[in-house]
Amino acid sequence: MYKNQMMEKFIHGLFLVLGLIAVGCVLLITVYLVISGIPAIKEIGLIDFLFGKEWAPTTSDPAYGILPFILTSIYGTAGAVVLGVPIGFMTAVFLSKLAPPKVKAVMESAVSLLAGIPSVVYGLVGMLVLVPAIRQIFNVPDGASLLASIIVLAIMILPSIIKMSITALDAVPKEYEDASLALGATPIETFFKVSVPAAKSGIAAAVVLGVGRAIGEAMAVMMVAGNVPNMPNSLFQSVRFLTTAVSTEMSYSSGLQRQALFSIALVLFLFIMMINVTLNFFLKRERT
Amino acid sequence: MGKSLTFKRKSFELLMRALMIISTGLTGSLVLFFLIYVLVQGVPNISWEFLTTKPSYLTESIGILPDILNTIYIVIATLALVLPLGVGAAIYLTEYASNKKVVEIIEFAAETLSGIPSIIYGLVGMLLFSNTFGTSLISGALTLVIMNLPTIMRTTQESLKTVPQSYREGAFGLGAGKWRVVRTVVLPGCVDGVVTGCILSVGRILGESAALLFTAGFAHALNGIIEGLAAPGATLTVALYVYAKERGEFGVAFAIAAILMILTLVINFEATLVQKHFAKRRTQ
Repeated sequence: MYKNQMMEKFIHGLFLVLGLIAVGCVLLITVYLVISGIPAIKEIGLIDFLFGKEWAPTTSDPAYGILPFILTSIYGTAGAVVLGVPIGFMTAVFLSKLAPPKVKAVMESAVSLLAGIPSVVYGLVGMLVLVPAIRQIFNVPDGASLLASIIVLAIMILPSIIKMSITALDAVPKEYEDASLALGATPIETFFKVSVPAAKSGIAAAVVLGVGRAIGEAMAVMMVAGNVPNMPNSLFQSVRFLTTAVSTEMSYSSGLQRQALFSIALVLFLFIMMINVTLNFFLKRERT
Repeated sequence: MGKSLTFKRKSFELLMRALMIISTGLTGSLVLFFLIYVLVQGVPNISWEFLTTKPSYLTESIGILPDILNTIYIVIATLALVLPLGVGAAIYLTEYASNKKVVEIIEFAAETLSGIPSIIYGLVGMLLFSNTFGTSLISGALTLVIMNLPTIMRTTQESLKTVPQSYREGAFGLGAGKWRVVRTVVLPGCVDGVVTGCILSVGRILGESAALLFTAGFAHALNGIIEGLAAPGATLTVALYVYAKERGEFGVAFAIAAILMILTLVINFEATLVQKHFAKRRTQ
């Protein structure tokens, strides 16, 4: 009997350890990023690092300003949201409320496919279709630009927005809609003035999830943005995002330049954590 | 009914309907375009030789057999490591945990993990694993383990919640200890969650590139699984990136893209099939 109890205790402990692994991983990632990100920031100076407009680590008078990357990431994400959210939102309302079941089923698997396409495939198609198209239509020397990245990101966040909005819209109680219909509102008025407001937390969560996806995307953007550390002054400029800033120079950098790359990752991580907290806030509100 | 609507209401109605249909049409045609474009550009470049040889500078031919094998190795290694961890964590959360705070912390950690972008995983994986194991498939696999942990945890947890409480109570009533109940009643109940989790994870591993670039590297050597895991190697996705971006071999890149596209289709189809199968069994 005593042996059995020992055994039970041991197994309980084992499962507790397994459960805590996720927590350990988060702590490990945070600690590693902070430890490896702080030294360069200290050496460069926080203000110069965050608000410096020039990134030129290999020149004789090196400059480590990451404002261009931060602004590019913000503009790129904002652009993707402006372009992707209305399309995703309208598609979700249509599929959740109006579409015949067959259309809904087909479109839902189409959206899942869009979500499953690897980001390098988006990058490849963007590189060979979108970039030349932008060059020709707008008559610019190089199509690899902020605009190309915005369009690719908008397409990539579509599935997260559509899927999550559909879940939220499907969960709206039928009684709400019936009441609105009985009062004489048309179905479309009901969907937009009753169902959508009722599902607003879920839809907000969908948008925040899309923001997270867009700001964290590296490979697709690397293939279409042109990767020159310019300030993002125009849509047709070749730009570098926070994510691509880390990966572009990682393979050959050393010393302070390499440490600065870790600092960039730390900044990106802080952005993502803020987005995660916002996402959790909306998800919690959706559940209650 | 239509006649009694004011002009303003009628135009709102028309506008919204039009916007919805245009958006849905746009989304649908985007998917169709990607599918057709990639397949048309890629499939003609796929040949038996392409699939079964390694790249050779002598004959100047490119084959992707090493990349296919690397992908398979990394999938096997990742799943072998992440399954016990993820399933164990899920069992702790649904069966053992009594402290609500602990559950909340673990669930918050899992949600945080699933929100971290893959480039950050790549960086941390490089610091954590590549310094110990070198740039190798096993470093890549360990990085992917952390990435896929939340997926396995979530799907297993969801399926554990569908095991009726009365089963557990019945087993306890018969005098079984906690561990015995977990082993004989709970574990068989989470099979569908594990299978779904595996399918989702395989999809994610196939599509992953940013996390592998700096942890697993991009070599194309032909290896068995043991040497393969210890050596650097490119998966299909990483190989696509290298061929497209660094070597300008767009034919090869599209061929790999077409293969990935077909695999994504198969995985999505499998996932729906499995979910339908288990949903049916549950209602019986």
